[in-house]
Amino acid sequence: MAVVTRDGETGAAAGASRPAAATRQLAPRLLASMAGLDWLAKVWWTCLSISLFAGMWELCWAMGWADEKLLPPPHIFLDNIGEQGKYFNTATRWQVGQSMGEGPSAFESVLITGAATTMRVFVGLVLASVLAIAVGVLVRYYRFFDRLVLPTITLLSPVSPIAWLPVAIFLFGIGNAPAIFMVVVALFFHMVLATINQIDTVNTNLINVARTMGASKPQIYARVIVPAILPGMLQVLRMNLFGAWMVVLVAESTGVGYGMGQVIMLARNTFNPSLVFFTIAVIGVLGFTFDWLLRLAQRRILYWLPDTAERLRVL
Amino acid sequence: MSSENAPHFSSRDAVVCRGVGKTWAAGTKRAHEALRDIDLDIKPGEFVVFLGPSGCGKSTLLYLIAGLEDATAGQIWSFSDKVETPSPERSLIFQETSLFPWLTVWQNVSFGLAIRGASQEERRAVAAEALQRVGLIAAMDKRPDELSGGMRQRVAVARALAMRPKVLLMDEPFAALDVQTRARMQDFLLDVWRDSGASVLFVTHHIDEAVALADRVVVFTSRPGRIKTIYPIDLPRPRNLFSREAETMRIQLTELLRDEVDRAFAEQEAFAVPA
Repeated sequence: MAVVTRDGETGAAAGASRPAAATRQLAPRLLASMAGLDWLAKVWWTCLSISLFAGMWELCWAMGWADEKLLPPPHIFLDNIGEQGKYFNTATRWQVGQSMGEGPSAFESVLITGAATTMRVFVGLVLASVLAIAVGVLVRYYRFFDRLVLPTITLLSPVSPIAWLPVAIFLFGIGNAPAIFMVVVALFFHMVLATINQIDTVNTNLINVARTMGASKPQIYARVIVPAILPGMLQVLRMNLFGAWMVVLVAESTGVGYGMGQVIMLARNTFNPSLVFFTIAVIGVLGFTFDWLLRLAQRRILYWLPDTAERLRVL
Repeated sequence: MSSENAPHFSSRDAVVCRGVGKTWAAGTKRAHEALRDIDLDIKPGEFVVFLGPSGCGKSTLLYLIAGLEDATAGQIWSFSDKVETPSPERSLIFQETSLFPWLTVWQNVSFGLAIRGASQEERRAVAAEALQRVGLIAAMDKRPDELSGGMRQRVAVARALAMRPKVLLMDEPFAALDVQTRARMQDFLLDVWRDSGASVLFVTHHIDEAVALADRVVVFTSRPGRIKTIYPIDLPRPRNLFSREAETMRIQLTELLRDEVDRAFAEQEAFAVPA
């Protein structure tokens, strides 16, 4: 049985005593030594994961299974970034009297478009969470608010954000506002329900301790319930982050002058699979970065939580 | 102030229960009676253990005395106050960890003072004193997840003591600890009890624990919980738990409990296999 040791020394000792095992232990030891450089190992695994996926795609192309006109592999759609980037310049192109050659460069266009979409996701996410947590807490705090508001929220929460798209355009026309509205509307209702659920699962012992110490209702909410639901709420936020990215694309594809959704629509209308996959790649990188930043923030804010993944790893 | 309402007991008693009963979900189909006709007087500074089979309502009585739940029958008094809401004078310590994981040890201990708006210096001073008494002054700035189970319960005791309670309510506080730690914690609790002068109401289903700790043991019947008997433990302290008298008491308590455990079992079986 191969023993994966975390301690380099014992691993080496075991290897020396049984030379046959030495080669078998080389791989785990290599991994263990990389664990010391934690972030480097993470980068390495991320690259490996993506390369594996890209490699399989390239293989399909090389074997002739994937038609490059329909499913162009990464080396094709990433080949001419300058050329692809030009298509991101949707806003200037649509302005009267400007040609594709004018305005920001290809690279700048990609940055501007990416930043615009990210900003819409961010603003929508912040607005939705602040509103949802406030409403969720109010629902549990005031009984009458619960009875008054919760039925409507439950009624609206299964409605697909797509159904809100016309409403967004009726209300806000064209610009940032409809896209942000779409993100908020897509997240708000079930984030309220998630907040209520989090409040209901707070350990009653903690609440009872505060009660026996003479805490008032507002004090119990401020000092016990809100800190107790924070970990769950950040988890909900992270799950909804991906939802926000999905919705913002739908919103942008119709109502807004520029953004990732516009590029996808353009690619669709001009039958340009390379551009589709290039845009998907950019969205993936943006979403991944956003999630990574959120996880960093989570670890800062929730300093008291143990690392559960670490415990599961020993299984 | 209480004399016209309850002329029949001395208002100097730490806890007085008169005809106390509790029915959960009263008035619904799922209603079930947890406690019935509890009459009990607990003196200041007395150590009383509630002993009974699981689900006999002994913890429920503790919650009623804490004021966390309302009795559906009878009245509870503590000193001269009628128990209607929780009070810092009656601190409750739970079986499971009830420390706030986002606060440090000293912030946990001084939580009650923070509620009252005490200054940071005052809170730290009170926390330091309480932690000194439970021997955890060194762990002051640690977080609860860095402590062992026994240490956490000592912090919970320190937090209760920081409120200077007159009655300390303990709901199987050592149940989750291993046998050796539990024995140490019992000695520790007796020291704390002697220093504080508070009355202790301690719920357990361990006969050994009852004999080690109690001045009096209140033995409960199985559902609905009633007081079967009140058994005095008049062994001198510090106690020799291996003495013949202690052994005799354990045997007698075991016999008192056996009928109740049998009844509880029979009920559960009848419930599990519907006719």
